[in-house]
Amino acid sequence: MGYDATFRVWRGDASGGDLQTFTVEVNEGEVVLDIVHRLQATQAGDLAVRWNCKAGKCGSCSAEVNGRPRLMCLTRMSTFAEDEPVTLTPLRTFPVIRDLVTDVSYNYEKAAQIPALVPRPREADGSHRMQQVDVERSQEFRKCIECWLCQDTCHVIRDHEENKRSFAGPRFLIRLAELDMHPLDVADRRDAAQEEFGLGYCNITKCCSEVCPEGIHLTDNGIIPLKERVADRRYDPLTWLGSKIGRRPRS
Amino acid sequence: MELERHEYDVVVVGAGGAGLRAAIEASETGARTAVVCKSLLGKAHTVMAEGGIAAAMGNTWPEDNWRVHFRDTMRGGKMLNHWRMAQLHAQEAPDRVLELEDWGALFDRTPDGLISQRDFGGHRYARLAHVGDRTGLELIRTLQQRTVALGIDVYMECTVTRLMHDEDGVTGAFGYWRESGRFVVWQAPSVVLATGGIGKAYKVTSNSWEYTGDGHSLALQAGASLVNMEFVQFHPTGMVWPPSVRGLLVTESVRGDGGILKNSAGNRFMFDYIPDYFRKETAESEEEADRWYTDKTNNRRPPELLPRDEVARAINSEVKAGRGTEHGGVWLDIASRRPAEYIRKRLPSMYHQFKELADVDITREAMEIGPTCHYVMGGVEVDPDTQESRLPGLFAAGEVAGGMHGSNRLGGNSLSDLLVFGRRAGLAAAEHAAKLAGARTEVAEGALADAAAAALAPFDRDGGENPYAVQQDLQSTMHDLVGIIRTRAEMEQALDRIAVLKERVANLSVEGHRQYNPGWHLALDLPHLLVVSECIARAALEREESRGGHTRDDFPAADDAWAHLNLVLDLPPGADSVRVTRQPLPQMPGDLAELLES
Repeated sequence: MGYDATFRVWRGDASGGDLQTFTVEVNEGEVVLDIVHRLQATQAGDLAVRWNCKAGKCGSCSAEVNGRPRLMCLTRMSTFAEDEPVTLTPLRTFPVIRDLVTDVSYNYEKAAQIPALVPRPREADGSHRMQQVDVERSQEFRKCIECWLCQDTCHVIRDHEENKRSFAGPRFLIRLAELDMHPLDVADRRDAAQEEFGLGYCNITKCCSEVCPEGIHLTDNGIIPLKERVADRRYDPLTWLGSKIGRRPRS
Repeated sequence: MELERHEYDVVVVGAGGAGLRAAIEASETGARTAVVCKSLLGKAHTVMAEGGIAAAMGNTWPEDNWRVHFRDTMRGGKMLNHWRMAQLHAQEAPDRVLELEDWGALFDRTPDGLISQRDFGGHRYARLAHVGDRTGLELIRTLQQRTVALGIDVYMECTVTRLMHDEDGVTGAFGYWRESGRFVVWQAPSVVLATGGIGKAYKVTSNSWEYTGDGHSLALQAGASLVNMEFVQFHPTGMVWPPSVRGLLVTESVRGDGGILKNSAGNRFMFDYIPDYFRKETAESEEEADRWYTDKTNNRRPPELLPRDEVARAINSEVKAGRGTEHGGVWLDIASRRPAEYIRKRLPSMYHQFKELADVDITREAMEIGPTCHYVMGGVEVDPDTQESRLPGLFAAGEVAGGMHGSNRLGGNSLSDLLVFGRRAGLAAAEHAAKLAGARTEVAEGALADAAAAALAPFDRDGGENPYAVQQDLQSTMHDLVGIIRTRAEMEQALDRIAVLKERVANLSVEGHRQYNPGWHLALDLPHLLVVSECIARAALEREESRGGHTRDDFPAADDAWAHLNLVLDLPPGADSVRVTRQPLPQMPGDLAELLES
């Protein structure tokens, strides 16, 4: 049943901070977020943390647990030995605001730059007809809960602040893939994917797929197919010729 | 005082389904629009909705149409719904779903390529547009992406603590950045409240921390009224084990897709709890119930798909009678009824949730479930067409608005409510602002200073109580004394305790400083939670009958005299407690009333 665990929690702000050690009760079935809440209620009322649903659906409570990017609400205490200290640190890729809360505005800026869906017209009866098999490809990416764990783990930006300007990160590469595979969309974002969002920076190490709490196959099902489509457009001589002599549509 | 100032035509408080839909509509009509929300964009409670959006599109059952949906909604609410809201809702929901597709939503499909629709409690036909069991995520992401595409200003992680108003109506909203604790005022002639519900007043709830009744409370304090606050929905199926996930929602789709309820003896008990009111439309035998999934013409609905209030009460009775599980729940079983592949495909998020959080494989084992506080039917009393409250320029949409669902909401009718009335509120708010162009009132400086002082008070007090302890005591009070089954004595006791809690809240103190301080945030939420708790208890004490989401042990039957009365609450100027008034229900036109006879 219950036992006392050792928690080391990073506390501080943009100017600096350190790990503080707490001894805190743990009960059967609890997750890391339960323990953080207990710390707030009993030992550190002003410990800053984001959370909402506590059910793995909203993607708010992201942090690094023993150095690994995780949702605290889905990290069960039973995965640690009782005498194993649990270390909580904020997501490293983003600037710290306070304690476990980071400034994730980079993600919202990238989201705003993605060209929105351009739907084909509705059918005569006012509806859109799509087959289940065709919607499923994009549905996989629409499962994304925007926890930013993939962004956090991606080595292109994790320790390279300078790449953030030209690289949107795995979350937004699969957003581009989602739109590219969307049955209703008529826009072409392939040039933008390469030139504005930095698709070429990704060298498919698949770290993002490994940390995704939704089990989305970012690399295999999203980024690689998108790279292939971009390569087709950019280097296929027939496409190039067709676009020059005007017999084929541009996309 | 350091104060950031902004000016808009329409300010929307809340970024769930209703808030974003309102902002989209206001912005599309040309109004300068802002959204203010307590969390990051895309994290609002709508994201947790699972089952689907109810809309009579007739894609799977051509017999379905808005009239049947209207009837189901009114009967589910035991006729206390505002008829006009129920009518608009049923009529407009299909268009609201279709336009989501133009903004990128990808619903599951029927074999001929249309939006698939699933069965849910209280709906005669399969009617819920859905994406697996993560429909809320699809809805919020679609609206979020549309909001971003329109370039609407979003103030994330900002809390509104006061509405600004004068005798002519709303003048704006006052709040603070959670990140820095700095104050902000948004001056605007129209404010749309879309703040959701009140679930954090209860110990066992499916609701997130944001559900502190702040919109209900802000409206009340600004002079608007609340209606139907005695009606709180306890969803029949929340998780019960382990304790850390107690209350977490288990979607009604499990029953819609074939799951059944069993007690500890293995009996399918819902057949023992079919009320006369629904007997004609409910299956008599297990065989008939099982046939209904594929043949709705010749069979009636399984009793597991009765409206939520009926199912929650039945589970409560089984547990009280000693036929519950070890942890005080009952069994929800789909494993023995549907193939594993079907379950994983239809209920991926439930599969994931039980696997990750409870070590239960729902394709092999039954789920242990029990009632959890899920939704408040009560809310700001609004005009059904415009969603405007008693206070000019103050609108409310979604869960924070009252009337639409009467005494009990049907599953799936919340997401459609958000879309239909979010849009209507946004439109009316933009029109109101346009009407006042050139005649706008400034926010009074004195009121701003007062709002700032009130927000900072918890820092000025030393040695006071910790807000977390007060919140826990309030949650226990409401859970134990104003929960699923209520009595006069217990509710009077609850009101006494709430009075004591008010004094404790007035003396809270918080540690640390204003930058991202959850203790301080909670201290500012607590007065809202207390006033909505008082509203629930006072209205529940007044209504001496049982109906929908309000069950009195001392008045166990529905009473015809109460069938035509709403309870309205307001806060008279200078009063220190809320006032309850009985108000006759609006009169339904004859042609609509006839639909209810069939």
